[in-house]
Amino acid sequence: MQEIKREILINKAKDLLADGTVDRVLGWKAGEFDYDVTPAVFNSADEIEGDFVWNGFCGANFSKYLVKETLKGDGKVLVFLKPCDTYSFNQLLTEHRFDREKVYAVGVPCNGMVDVNKIKEETDSVVSIDFDGGNTVVHTLYDGDLSLPTEKLLSERCVNCKSKKHVAYDELLGEDGEVCDSGRFDEVARLEKMTPDERFEFWQNELSRCIRCNACRDVCPACTCEKCVFDNPESPVENKAPANSFEEKMFHIIRAFHVVGRCTDCGECSRVCPQHIPLHLLNRKFIKDIDELYGEYQAGSVLGNRAPIVDYKLDDAEPSEAVERGDENA
Amino acid sequence: MQVNEYKPLIVAFCCNWCSYAGADLAGNNRLNYPADVKIIRVPCSCRVNPMFILRAFQRGADGVILCGCHPGDCHYTSGNYYTRRRMSLLFSMLDYLGIERERTRVEWVSAAEGAKFAATMNDFVEKVTALGENKRLEDLRCKK
Repeated sequence: MQEIKREILINKAKDLLADGTVDRVLGWKAGEFDYDVTPAVFNSADEIEGDFVWNGFCGANFSKYLVKETLKGDGKVLVFLKPCDTYSFNQLLTEHRFDREKVYAVGVPCNGMVDVNKIKEETDSVVSIDFDGGNTVVHTLYDGDLSLPTEKLLSERCVNCKSKKHVAYDELLGEDGEVCDSGRFDEVARLEKMTPDERFEFWQNELSRCIRCNACRDVCPACTCEKCVFDNPESPVENKAPANSFEEKMFHIIRAFHVVGRCTDCGECSRVCPQHIPLHLLNRKFIKDIDELYGEYQAGSVLGNRAPIVDYKLDDAEPSEAVERGDENA
Repeated sequence: MQVNEYKPLIVAFCCNWCSYAGADLAGNNRLNYPADVKIIRVPCSCRVNPMFILRAFQRGADGVILCGCHPGDCHYTSGNYYTRRRMSLLFSMLDYLGIERERTRVEWVSAAEGAKFAATMNDFVEKVTALGENKRLEDLRCKK
């Protein structure tokens, strides 16, 4: 599955621990099930040897973890970053959210991560999962062993991968890739072509499933405020009883709006959503609008970039023009 | 016989330096605009957080209009330029979610444009009245 082997990552981590470059390692370890790979901090070579995991379920983006982790000691933290994670890493550095001196970033190439829900569509009795070359072998309770091509199981954000190129690292393992010409805005464009009633129906269906667990906020590398507007008991979104779906609309509009120009489209929000709401479609709408109205902008691609929402031009489009702009293509 | 004619509730955020004075001028000139418009004075149009707009809808507004100084004339030099970008993105998002686009509007009204203020409000109220009650961004808990 992943081109680069677990042993290479482990050896790199052990070497850097041994020569004192870093004193802890941010990596992935096994969860309760094979597909529940979870972020963890490793302090010794033994822990790494025993628990470190690197496979098609290492989707977690570690950039946000650095905000808290770099405050915990004087030593450096080793962090493994996939190409898409490096954009968030750059964006957080641009916002001065952590100390670059306390991080040793190792870039790892990525062939895309697996979406377990696509496996669960094939079978509902997953026992364990192995990766064998280009195939994912699923051992099940009732359906025997299934061998599925990994390519067909990739999560949406990996199918529409925006970049296989690392934009920040101290050291790179393996080969660096290129920025991809992905069709990630196709789905947004499809929605824009619908009538307002169809769009309302679509989003009503999606957003009314929201259980306000706040997982999308908690995982988002752009959401790093210590005091969040959604934690304010005076705010109109804190109250949980869902009388109708206003609260979810409010929450998701504001959540997406707060990361405008800072969202790197890493897709973590959709990955963690327990209700499978396509939250990335809200973020991508803003990114697409910014690209079309204020010029192409990819958050995190360049360190120190100024986001379009905190900038202006004298001849910007009027809000009415911005809204009516799509009509001629409809 | 009682006639239950539908009257929309319109919230107008007006900047202190231009549009609020424009509303004053409309009054002084005895220009008519519907009493359904409730004006909220803000120091600058860029004071308006996207949350204010959603919250106005939640609390029963049928339309929200934001008025500020003409671009280039902001009392604070550049506030309304930021408003313009923010509201372009927010209104485009509301449209994407299927909320009627006639319910939101940004209009630049100077302190000398009393007539424009009255005309804008008349037009906006007429459009929102035609749409009827705000159903897509209502909160049942806030209904009287």
